Amino acid sequence: MAKLPTPQELVASRPDFPEQDWLDVKPQFTPGSYCYPAKKETMELLHMPNPHDWDPAAEDWNLPEDWEKILCDAFAERLEKHRSLKLFMDICVRCGACADKCHFFLGTNDPKNMPVLRAELLRSLYRRDYTMLGKILGKKVGARGWDKDVVKELFYYAYQCTECRRCSLFCPYGIDTAEITAIVRELLHEVGLGIHWIMDPVKNCSFTGNHLGIQPHSFVEIVEMLADDCETITGIRPKTPFNEKGHEILFITPSGDVFADPGIYTFMGYLMLFHELDLDYTFSTYASEGGNFGSFTTFNMAKKLNAKMYAEAERLGAKWILGGECGHMWRVINQYMATYNGPAPSCMMDVPTSPITGTKFTNAAATKMVHITEFTADLIKHNKLNLDPSRNDHIITTFHDSCNPARGMGLLEEPRYVLKAVCNNFVEMPENTIREQTFCCGAGSGLNTEEIMELRMRSGMPRGNALRYVQEKYGVNHMACVCAIDRATLPPLANYWAPGVTVSGLHELVANALVMKGECKRTMDLRQEDLPNVEPDETETQVEGQ
Amino acid sequence: MFASLLVVAIIGAIAWAGSAVGLGVLFGVVLPYVAVAAFFVGVIWRMVYWAKSPVPFAIPTTGGQERSLDFIKQAKWDCPTTTFGVVRRMFLEVVFFRSLFRNTCADVREFDEVNNGPRTIYFSSKWLWVFSLLFHYCFLLVFIRHFRFFMDPVCPVITWIETIDGIMQVGAPRFFWTGGLLLCALLFLLARRAFNQRLRYISLPNDYFPLFLLIGIVGTGICLRYFDKTDIAQVKVFIMGLVHFAPVSADGINALFFVHLTLVSVLLLYFPFSKLMHMAGIFFSPTRNLPCNTREVRHVNPWNPPKQFYTYAEYEDAFRDAMADAGLPLEKQPEKAAE
Repeated sequence: MAKLPTPQELVASRPDFPEQDWLDVKPQFTPGSYCYPAKKETMELLHMPNPHDWDPAAEDWNLPEDWEKILCDAFAERLEKHRSLKLFMDICVRCGACADKCHFFLGTNDPKNMPVLRAELLRSLYRRDYTMLGKILGKKVGARGWDKDVVKELFYYAYQCTECRRCSLFCPYGIDTAEITAIVRELLHEVGLGIHWIMDPVKNCSFTGNHLGIQPHSFVEIVEMLADDCETITGIRPKTPFNEKGHEILFITPSGDVFADPGIYTFMGYLMLFHELDLDYTFSTYASEGGNFGSFTTFNMAKKLNAKMYAEAERLGAKWILGGECGHMWRVINQYMATYNGPAPSCMMDVPTSPITGTKFTNAAATKMVHITEFTADLIKHNKLNLDPSRNDHIITTFHDSCNPARGMGLLEEPRYVLKAVCNNFVEMPENTIREQTFCCGAGSGLNTEEIMELRMRSGMPRGNALRYVQEKYGVNHMACVCAIDRATLPPLANYWAPGVTVSGLHELVANALVMKGECKRTMDLRQEDLPNVEPDETETQVEGQ
Repeated sequence: MFASLLVVAIIGAIAWAGSAVGLGVLFGVVLPYVAVAAFFVGVIWRMVYWAKSPVPFAIPTTGGQERSLDFIKQAKWDCPTTTFGVVRRMFLEVVFFRSLFRNTCADVREFDEVNNGPRTIYFSSKWLWVFSLLFHYCFLLVFIRHFRFFMDPVCPVITWIETIDGIMQVGAPRFFWTGGLLLCALLFLLARRAFNQRLRYISLPNDYFPLFLLIGIVGTGICLRYFDKTDIAQVKVFIMGLVHFAPVSADGINALFFVHLTLVSVLLLYFPFSKLMHMAGIFFSPTRNLPCNTREVRHVNPWNPPKQFYTYAEYEDAFRDAMADAGLPLEKQPEKAAE
């Protein structure tokens, strides 16, 4: 990985707009500006169309012979299938309200990263084939035909959009660039173009259940180790039920939390919380991935990966599904799951109900899936948890709303409610960077890969700047989030833009504060670092006592 | 930009010349009929074209807190779950341009005291919202005012609007505020495109043309009322003739009137084939017109493909021995599967 410029250099080095008209500018595939291509074998295994070897930096991308026909037909098919696409192609007035709402544009100052121009890349093709003026006047009215450079350009910018939908909030017609990007990525897949960092996890999720391709026995082993760690910290070893039938709840969370620091602490938080509640639940190794990398490729792949959730709930006889902290997982669950794979299996209950408080989650009546922060907020409201927020006194935290739960679900207050109950020091970032206006971590939708680190730091600039602001002004040293991709992408972002800020999931902080029945005196947080407010001599006595 | 201006100017010049050489029937009768017909047919055709594609997924943009737990207050305006809520959201969007009201302007600074480094600051930016509203509402009022030419007797509502519009009682004929403000709003929208670098970069002739066309319409309209005054009574007789499909002679009406009428006709002709269709499109927008209750009520996709996925049975077949060793419950024990 190339050495990163300093934040100030990075901001200063954003180039001016090119002199030429955007139709005449071609993207430069320099190292660091693109993600590595998907492997041919992976694409074959997944039955993706036209798998082939290619290199984004090469002149020739080895497109299939009739690539133009494939793309034209695929575009026509998408127009027939999605009213949104026809509409978004037709009604944009180019008012420019979306321009500076995009984190990629703010960080790169590349005009084609303005959502309006990102969409124009496709709209220009649409104009030639589907509008009278475009057919007659061509380039004069911003219409153009397909050529190989256009394909390259679509690839370049479809993978510089994280489908965060911030622009759709500000658009007076609600034009959703995520929809356009998703469809452009579908089109590119028709001619065999995809990226490794998405397709490899798709393959793994498909065949082994989780994105790193950890096999069932190893998966169980890792979770057991995390349970051991919980025991070291609390003196209580939480149970770890797997693939068991007859439990009320199936719990599904992104598998990243099983493998990667700091997600593992969030996972330990779940284990401890469920143990404390004596929750009647099970994990599944088969449906061990909540995240849906398919949603970064095609609608059908998203459906395919998502189908395992209901299938497993039915096999195990679960009454409802509890979902862990994740971003795009919840976009899929909240807006697509029932449509893709519903209705939910008949074994599930009419309305998911909390066995602890009796609260009916009527908002999840159709999908039967409840978000863990909805579940925990309800527990806290009903005083079902014994919490000692002073254990989190060593942190002054802020909260990062993930794009998908914010703008594709409206999950804004629940995590804050939980966070305020488990932390005494909570500070919001500036108002235009949170809640429904939240900025992306800069690497969502499958872009959190190492080879584009500088680009990620650029697209993460708005978030980084906001974090730096509360760090300098209020001494914030921690950022909580409810997304597994955030837990992977925000640590390097914080390290770059606001060094010294740590990142964690919400349930790590919950478990830090959770006073469990029969636990030993806690001297460590979940990361096995010293807790504040613990007298050193007491610690020693404790250690000696053991 | 200048090409668009030129096109509008040429259209105006042709209309002027045409009516001067006695082609008033063409520009005053034939073209308006064709334009009005094309407008209605075209708008309906485009709406049918959209409606022919299904809405496979419910993808509302949630602009606020979802409805979940009793003690958490739902943002009913921006994250509605009921039909009434959606109607309210659409009403706010269509009538008050609510999304545009959110507009901000981001300023990326290389160095800021507080951050001790780079910082992006967001300023409220309501100018686009103000001038868009101004443009659309003035246009609407001017449009309604023009019904005095299409009705006999004139509806009292229109007379009332005219009274309000001319309330300042300036000049003779009385100055109508809507006309003046409409021109100001259009000039603002044009100046934005011309002087803002980002806007200039994304603007196409498709954006300048309707602006110049509208400026031409408003400009000629203002001239006809205050400067090159036309004989209103005669114009009314002429237009009533059109309305009753019994066109009368246009002799004696000044040429500028035909320029005005021709530009309006061109606008109507252009409308269904252009971005101006956002007027109808906003009602179709799936990020705004669907309720945010997607976990509560299942949305059906008419082309939902059949489920094809890697089943548990296939998975267990692949990992059975390892799963057995790890003590995981199985559907078929290894011995049994081997049989």
